[in-house]
Amino acid sequence: MRTFVTQSLAGLRLLLVLTVLTGVLYPLGVWALSRLPGLQANAEGSVVTVDGRAVGSDLVGIDPVAADADHDPWFHTRPSATAQDLDGDGAPDPADPSVSGGSNKGAFDADLLAVVRERRDRVARREGVDPSRVPADAVTASASGLDPHVSVAYAELQAPRVARENGLTEDRVHQLIADNTTGRGLGVLGDPGVRVLTLNLAVRAERR
Amino acid sequence: MSSTVAGLVQVGLLVLALAAVYVPLGDYMARVFTSTRHLAVERAIYRTVRVNPDAEQRWPTYAAGVLGFSFVSIVLLYLLQRLQPSLPWDFGRGAVEPGIAFNTSVSFVTNTNWQSYVPEAVMGHSVQMFGLTVQNFLSAGVGLAVAIALVRGFVRSGSDRLGNFWVDLTRAVVRILLPMAFVFAIVLVALGVVQSLSSGVAVTNPDGSSGTIALAPAASQEAIKELGTNGGGIFNANSAHPFENPNSWTNLIEIFLMLVVPVCLTRTFGTLVGNRGQGHALLSVMALLWAAMLTVIWWAEAHPNGPAALLAGSGTEGKEVRFGIPGSALFANSTTGTSTGAVNSMHDSFSGLGGGGTILNMLFGEMTPGGVGTGLYSILVMAIIAVFLAGLMVGRTPEYLGKKLGRREVTASAIAILAMPTVLLVGAGIAIMLPGTSAAMANSGAHGWSEVLYAYTSASNNNGSAFAGITVTNGWFQSTLGLCMLLGRLLPILAVLCLAGSLAAQRKVPATAGTLPTTGPLFAALLAGTVVLVAALTFIPALALGPIAEALA
Repeated sequence: MRTFVTQSLAGLRLLLVLTVLTGVLYPLGVWALSRLPGLQANAEGSVVTVDGRAVGSDLVGIDPVAADADHDPWFHTRPSATAQDLDGDGAPDPADPSVSGGSNKGAFDADLLAVVRERRDRVARREGVDPSRVPADAVTASASGLDPHVSVAYAELQAPRVARENGLTEDRVHQLIADNTTGRGLGVLGDPGVRVLTLNLAVRAERR
Repeated sequence: MSSTVAGLVQVGLLVLALAAVYVPLGDYMARVFTSTRHLAVERAIYRTVRVNPDAEQRWPTYAAGVLGFSFVSIVLLYLLQRLQPSLPWDFGRGAVEPGIAFNTSVSFVTNTNWQSYVPEAVMGHSVQMFGLTVQNFLSAGVGLAVAIALVRGFVRSGSDRLGNFWVDLTRAVVRILLPMAFVFAIVLVALGVVQSLSSGVAVTNPDGSSGTIALAPAASQEAIKELGTNGGGIFNANSAHPFENPNSWTNLIEIFLMLVVPVCLTRTFGTLVGNRGQGHALLSVMALLWAAMLTVIWWAEAHPNGPAALLAGSGTEGKEVRFGIPGSALFANSTTGTSTGAVNSMHDSFSGLGGGGTILNMLFGEMTPGGVGTGLYSILVMAIIAVFLAGLMVGRTPEYLGKKLGRREVTASAIAILAMPTVLLVGAGIAIMLPGTSAAMANSGAHGWSEVLYAYTSASNNNGSAFAGITVTNGWFQSTLGLCMLLGRLLPILAVLCLAGSLAAQRKVPATAGTLPTTGPLFAALLAGTVVLVAALTFIPALALGPIAEALA
């Protein structure tokens, strides 16, 4: 017992010293170094500005809501498990980016099956296509609830509607999708994805 | 290029990167723990703390150091959370409630990093940096120290000393973890990970709505969270959050960081015992099981099962587009094969077979390749059991690395191995009989049981990942999962240090023609077989009711 007490006291002293080293100097050191130009924008969340106004983060996907559901000009993100339906219109509201998370539902869950079916029908209606053409990422919630990307297939599915509602040619919208697609790192890492925020901003800038 | 081919090249790059650092980092770590010189900063630390760095300890003193250090760490981390309102950067999140504070402090001190709270709403940046980041370093350092003490048990002959715990811990932090974490934290920021002291950034979305995106000092925690095989996210979505893991590059770097120390420690071991082949034998077992489980999880996730996934057309629920299925499976396999527990996809939404694979990885006892230090000592204990079993078959007193494995050594090894299944099965067994448990599950049927099994598996093995749908905030889960983490960590450590003391006291016996060679493919196969057999004999009934039932449905 005496050994335990003396060792605990030594442990307490070492804990305090190492807290200064690893809990104060280390994170604040990383913070200070990340103030360097080139790092600071990343460290503060890769914020995208338009005319000096913060319109979102390049890394975070928040689903835009159309003012008129029959004339929806936006590319949409994947569904988010953090999204609720507070306005009670039957369609979930956009994700809340102050929190994050997934649905944690397994593929045998009856609720998940119902939600997937409902999303599939809603997307198919919105895009005017057969439900069988809706890609998987359009009907499944991401892990973070903030996935900034959609698959190329889901972006292409939305292209005709977005072109029509914004007065652009479909060719131009396909070009914008290509411009806003992040390929695989080194050609092999991860999967390609279309950045929804910057794509919407690009469409908006050319809107007629 | 198809997703599968790209994924295979990705795995190849990871293996190449690990191979490139294997010798230099492994030998560097060997020098760190054998050097007789102290750095200036270390001497300053020993003076401040008032310990004599050149006084070596017997195993009970070394163990008392580990216990005492863990004890004060838990108390201090608990107090820090309770006192949150008096700290800067608390953002009005208030004092952390006692159940969460207890569970979290045990969780981070035991290198589990199980999280029963939503970080963005509960933990301010002071608790994150001064409390949680600190324990990310120290719990990993304790694991390293214990592993090195066990290796000394094999190396030394007729000695009653195992080294000095304070020196081993300090060197692990100052010479290995801190410099590597610092470099990789900056690399992560350069690739897009946030490092901010604000609570969030307000934005006006293109559609005119507005919101606040949460920020945190993430990069500094992310680097040590992976490097120290900790796994606790600074955001709720953990490494699935774009601010913790923004792209496929950071994803591969984070996987590399989880694996690098446990893998290279096999080189450290081989170098220290003076026979590199001994380390290669352990590494080949780790690599074999890691690769086999990766194949299972990857295949399972690429072949969806269950009505919701079949209707959607792919197992993308709970996965991020940028990682894809290969990047998610690779991360999931590595985070459960090490004791990290960070996630870049939600394991709860994995298929029966894929999710079952992540559980089985943990049930192997976290040694493929396991956590920082814990992986090495766990597989060494399993090697002792394997040698013992082989000895029984031919009726010889077993030897390993020139040490006889007598009653004391085998008993200590058995305790080290049986502690985890005991607390796991007792905890999960009682939990499933409690009336409140079915309400805590997010999924019904077999998958609901899998959630409970996963929780106790993760806690008892100090992994920390979850089938996160389960609600674990009631008093029963907070306290019993906390207990599982504590016993699952400390009982094996005590047994391992006792084993180390007993081995160090023995004189080395020279190998004879009758000694079982513990290098080469024959021993590797015996060891891999033992790992699989022990897990299978212990856990097949529990697995059959959950993941296996689901996979066959």
